[in-house]
Amino acid sequence: MSTQTDKRPVPSMEQVSALSRVSNRLREGVRAQAMQIVLVWLAIAAVFSILSPTAFLDAANARNIATSVSILAVLGVGTTFIIITAGIDLSMGSVLVFSGVVSSMVMERMGDSQGWGVAIVGIVVALLSGLAWGLINGILIAKAKVPPMIVTLGTFGAALGLAQVLTGGLDLRTVPDVLVDSVGFGSLFGVPSLVIIAAIVVTLGIITLKRTRFGLHTCAVGSNPEGCRRVGINVDRHLIKVYALAGLLAGLAGVLNLAFFRSTTIAGNSLVNLDVIAGVVIGGTSLFGGVGTVFGTTVGLFIPATLRNGFVILGVQPYWQQVVVGAFLIGAVYFDQVRRAAAMRGTSTSSRFTRIFHPNRKDS
Amino acid sequence: MTDTPVYEAVNIDRSYGHVRALQGVCFDVRPGEVSALIGDNGAGKSTLVRILAGAEPPDAGTILFDGTPFTLTNPTDARVRGIETVYQDLALANHLDPIQNMYLGREIMKPGLLGKLGFMQRAEMRDHGRTEFTSLGATVDNFSGAVAGMSGGQRQAIAVARAAAWASRVIFLDEPTAALGVVQTKGVMDLIRRIRDKGIAVVLISHSMPQVLEISDRIHVLRQGRRVAMYEAGKTNLEELVGAMTGALDGKDVA
Repeated sequence: MSTQTDKRPVPSMEQVSALSRVSNRLREGVRAQAMQIVLVWLAIAAVFSILSPTAFLDAANARNIATSVSILAVLGVGTTFIIITAGIDLSMGSVLVFSGVVSSMVMERMGDSQGWGVAIVGIVVALLSGLAWGLINGILIAKAKVPPMIVTLGTFGAALGLAQVLTGGLDLRTVPDVLVDSVGFGSLFGVPSLVIIAAIVVTLGIITLKRTRFGLHTCAVGSNPEGCRRVGINVDRHLIKVYALAGLLAGLAGVLNLAFFRSTTIAGNSLVNLDVIAGVVIGGTSLFGGVGTVFGTTVGLFIPATLRNGFVILGVQPYWQQVVVGAFLIGAVYFDQVRRAAAMRGTSTSSRFTRIFHPNRKDS
Repeated sequence: MTDTPVYEAVNIDRSYGHVRALQGVCFDVRPGEVSALIGDNGAGKSTLVRILAGAEPPDAGTILFDGTPFTLTNPTDARVRGIETVYQDLALANHLDPIQNMYLGREIMKPGLLGKLGFMQRAEMRDHGRTEFTSLGATVDNFSGAVAGMSGGQRQAIAVARAAAWASRVIFLDEPTAALGVVQTKGVMDLIRRIRDKGIAVVLISHSMPQVLEISDRIHVLRQGRRVAMYEAGKTNLEELVGAMTGALDGKDVA
């Protein structure tokens, strides 16, 4: 248990407050599910590294895992915001497909150019399409007061259906070469473009959630919408903005998907929503709203990807990954419930694990 | 304490369908004074507070602020005039910390482009917020923890202190001690005295008669949508208040 190595000075009077502030920070950081989940992920990675040091612990393999997470991570950022408002989004996979389809169709109409002009128009079209679906979700949820689960289940079907109507159910493959070469398979200093783009989106997501008024209001709206109305926050408009943001990111994910697979992958994204929601929840975002982190979501998405990758390398049936991820998901929600119950009782969850970072721990 | 009311309601009517919640209610509060609003369940106390807080409009009647009539269409109209309300159910965002709650909806933004992008002056809000909480004597030991993890008394103190920090003229407190223990109630009572001493008009709704008698300067009694009596706290007693609330003393109408 005592793996703790921090050299704790004997607290002098003036150091006490600074020390307790640091320890509070540390304690809260460790208590945050996001940090615990990082340790879980590191443990998984460590096990695979020991079992298969050559194949798993390899730069190319790390690239594979990161690439497979990128598109999900972009969706995960928007979904984290939505779930923090105590909402849910089931439509993102279909919006991704729809955005890819309209983008590809527009680029096809523009002729056979493989250049940036066409590609940029395609990107803009995909983003606008995603934004439009997000606005539809948001307006129906905030103004028409239809529950988010129902609205996004509806748009999940509608967006996919419309994509199939537009294409006759056959995948489109019109993607300018520049998009495929730069975004889909390009890389910078050995890091794939997809990973770089996803990292930028995740970073912006973290900053927006942690540091801006938009992020603060997202947590507040998920925590107590009536209280927010009373202090003059326009709750309806904020919800619409959050769903619009998620839609916009789904549109971006549509571009990335199109560039990577060079296809609209109409049939391939019906379960993306569940993968993303699982990642968000494993990452410590509460389905009841109010708390969550984009960083946790990203780690929560890395766990299934790492498991799948490791199982393949070890020759374990990859289907086991679904079993393990299912268990993780239930475990994550269980711990969230325990924490909420503890918060309701007004006590803090002080697990043995978090107590090792507490300077006043009684057993030391 | 001056005798000029800072906030005054004249002949307020309010009906919900066939239920006449308020029938020509008059009410006034003076700066630096604690006015208690008492009455049995359904007497119209909460309706009156909601109207005066701008949460719902009256059917008829006049509201005067500093002697000037004005119309309240939403809670913001009241808030910009320094009129704050603490509702029974707290209305804190439980996942946020005390400082975030204090500045919720009123965040101080960074100047220039960063502010436009939504970045806040976190250090400034933290310092000012701490000062406000401390000056009101609200004992908050953890400024950066979620309020959900705090005791009922602490949360109530935070809710009252938040309102007090923004209220420059009038503060309405709807049952601020209903869910609290003895010690915590005393804490909130002390907080109310400090707010009063700042020259703010305090309107206290409470079911606890001893508490009302202890802290109030004037006591307004509502019954069946009317103000049936108004007493100076020093010149009345428990029996008289209960009598006015229940109607046993009809005929002694001071209003």
